[in-house]
Amino acid sequence: MNNWIISGASVLGGEPADIFVRDGVIADSAPDSAQRLDATGLIALPGLVDLHTHLREPGREDAETVETGSRAAALGGYTAVCAMANTDPVADTAGVVEQVWRLGKDAGLVDVQPIGAVTVGLAGERLAELGAMATSAARVRVFSDDGHCVHDPVLMRRALEYVKAFDGVIAQHAEEPRLTVGAQMNEGDTSARLGLAGWPAVAEEAIIARDVLLAGHVNSRLHICHVSTAGSVELIRWAKSKGWRVTAEVTPHHLLLTDDLVEGYDPVFR
Amino acid sequence: MTSVSALVACPLDPQSFNEPSSEAEKEGQMVSAKNDLAEKTILDAEAMARTLDRIAHQILEKTEGGAETVLLGIPTRGAPLARRLADRVSTFAGVQVPVGTLDITLYRDDLRLRGVRALEHTDVPATGVDDQRVILVDDVLFSGRTVRAALDALKDLGRPSAVQLAVLVDRGHRQLPIRADYVGKNIPTSLVESVHVRLSEVDGADAVVLTPGGER
Amino acid sequence: MIEHLLSSSDLDLETATLVLDTAAEMAAVSGREVKKLPTLRGRTVVNLFYEDSTRTRISFEAAAKRLSADVINFAAKGSSVSKGESLKDTALTLQAMGADAVVIRHPASGAPHRLAGWIDGSVVNAGDGTHEHPTQALLDAYTMRSRLGRLEGLRVALVGDVLHSRVARSNVWLLRTLGAEVTLVAPPTLLPVGVDSWPVQVSYDLDSVLPKLDVVMMLRVQRERMNASFFPSVREYSRRYGLDAARMGALPEHAIVMHPGPMIRGMEISPEVADSTRSTIVEQVANGVSVRMAVLYLMLGGMA
Repeated sequence: MNNWIISGASVLGGEPADIFVRDGVIADSAPDSAQRLDATGLIALPGLVDLHTHLREPGREDAETVETGSRAAALGGYTAVCAMANTDPVADTAGVVEQVWRLGKDAGLVDVQPIGAVTVGLAGERLAELGAMATSAARVRVFSDDGHCVHDPVLMRRALEYVKAFDGVIAQHAEEPRLTVGAQMNEGDTSARLGLAGWPAVAEEAIIARDVLLAGHVNSRLHICHVSTAGSVELIRWAKSKGWRVTAEVTPHHLLLTDDLVEGYDPVFR
Repeated sequence: MTSVSALVACPLDPQSFNEPSSEAEKEGQMVSAKNDLAEKTILDAEAMARTLDRIAHQILEKTEGGAETVLLGIPTRGAPLARRLADRVSTFAGVQVPVGTLDITLYRDDLRLRGVRALEHTDVPATGVDDQRVILVDDVLFSGRTVRAALDALKDLGRPSAVQLAVLVDRGHRQLPIRADYVGKNIPTSLVESVHVRLSEVDGADAVVLTPGGER
Repeated sequence: MIEHLLSSSDLDLETATLVLDTAAEMAAVSGREVKKLPTLRGRTVVNLFYEDSTRTRISFEAAAKRLSADVINFAAKGSSVSKGESLKDTALTLQAMGADAVVIRHPASGAPHRLAGWIDGSVVNAGDGTHEHPTQALLDAYTMRSRLGRLEGLRVALVGDVLHSRVARSNVWLLRTLGAEVTLVAPPTLLPVGVDSWPVQVSYDLDSVLPKLDVVMMLRVQRERMNASFFPSVREYSRRYGLDAARMGALPEHAIVMHPGPMIRGMEISPEVADSTRSTIVEQVANGVSVRMAVLYLMLGGMA
């Protein structure tokens, strides 16, 4: 019995209305023998999708598991999460992505969509078997070395080209590694004063500039993970204006927190 | 992160009964202003001058004309007093007695009872103190603890042939077996009274006054 | 009274002056036969050194011992730290031992700040990463004041690897507080980002700065920077930013030459400059003990 009438919710923030659910699917009329749920004062949204989660399983089950991560997602109103590939072993083969996908199924709370690694072991040296992951049961379409930047321009170009075969997208962790050796916080007045090695905005922007040009050049799909600078936003806006297929995401802490919080050297804020 | 407040104002502290008035004035300027109305003058400027004349003569007498003698004033007010005594000795006998200052802060026995104190200047004359007759000079002799600290400090500077003590006022209430060799004036006091020595070099005018209310 | 000394920017003019005046009195103690004061009897000072720095460690040790404090030297090498103990656990151990003050040298910027939050005693930053080394700045200021008689209005240049120098940072803030005018002289690669927001002048040209100085302070270029393309070669660096006899000649008659040590003769400073009468390098070491005595006294010399 999965028939509901959800009454009084403000749908997408609009006027309150009734929502009908028949056999677990939204319907246009009231189902028979439905349970009524009073949602007056609440806002109804479609299930949210988190493009960037770390469910840590396999390898770091002490920190998070697919089950705990998807439970948290469900509580937060998410119905689908993408699980990043930096597990141990790395999700760079069909076997690992299928394992994660199956764990998600077993938990049964949200859709868990594994992201595959771009390069073997996230090492940035040779492409992982992107096609095998795409055709596996997990049907991987997003590939990312998140945590590491695919910094070799040839490799990045090849990856962007290769995933066109199955309509894939490369999600880039934009960080020029030579510019961020030892870096601890955003480079600026505060880092200079505190004597903490700075992470310059250009380290992110240089990679984004390169990759949007590559994506435009080979006409492939690029996604930029956790954009954190105004310059990056400008570059992405410019790429979109060209009609190139570029998307991006941003995190709450990059929007809300500032350098000043590091003044007390609390590593939480780095 | 830092503060110097402890150097500026001190809470009322029973231990301060042990302090000679120079300390009291240094650290509790408000007291004298508050009690101006009730204060009683013990020595005015003229009387103080005569008293210092007498001490200078006594020093000349007891030191056989000021030979091999060094005057060390204990800051704050002992320092100008020592200079005044040296000037008088010079005027009366034509002898230049080396004069300096000896800060005893780092040798106090009550450092832990109060906030940190700023140091005063220590200036030992070039003659040093070895084999000299050192006369310590202070304004008020009270508990004797300042003099005890001064003796410790002196011991680390060298080995005098003898140490003597000159004070402008002895107000009694000793807590240690210490006595002065030269006393300007004995003032029997109660513990709930304060003795304040004022000197033109420090306070703008010369006077010794007694005020009600204990030492601060 | 000073609770902790983590950054020279913690010191306002009044407190900084108090430290220097106190150090002047402490200096007299170093000149006499009995170089000992009873002031900190029964207090415990721990030297907690995560980097090798014999010079700084023995300077703090001498300072504490001259004030009669008990000194415990805790070198990270060969201790529980090399077995993986965290800074926090080490701090709690020191706390349990009753440390009244901990003098810490650590390769990570901010370690003394963290330590100060974990223990009841006072913390003295004896150099943290590329952040600060406040007692070095105090002894430098003391040296300038005793050689030149004042600090207000002094024109001071810090020359060399400002980017990685904790000595430079501490000097910039302290000299600013004390009223000196600071010029940083370095190749652009060795200046921090945002240096234009610091209260200093910046120059890339040592020769144009020298004739206007009262003090030139040479900073060491660490060996590991020499082949990291901060500058093309040691020879070129030395030619452009090293202080040799000819450059010393361009300084005003009264100007002094300082170096926090250890120096690399022939790199940032030539031997004849280092050994000249204008050089205060040896004095700086002696003044270091007096200044550290002053800091320890102002921290521990009163009510706990």
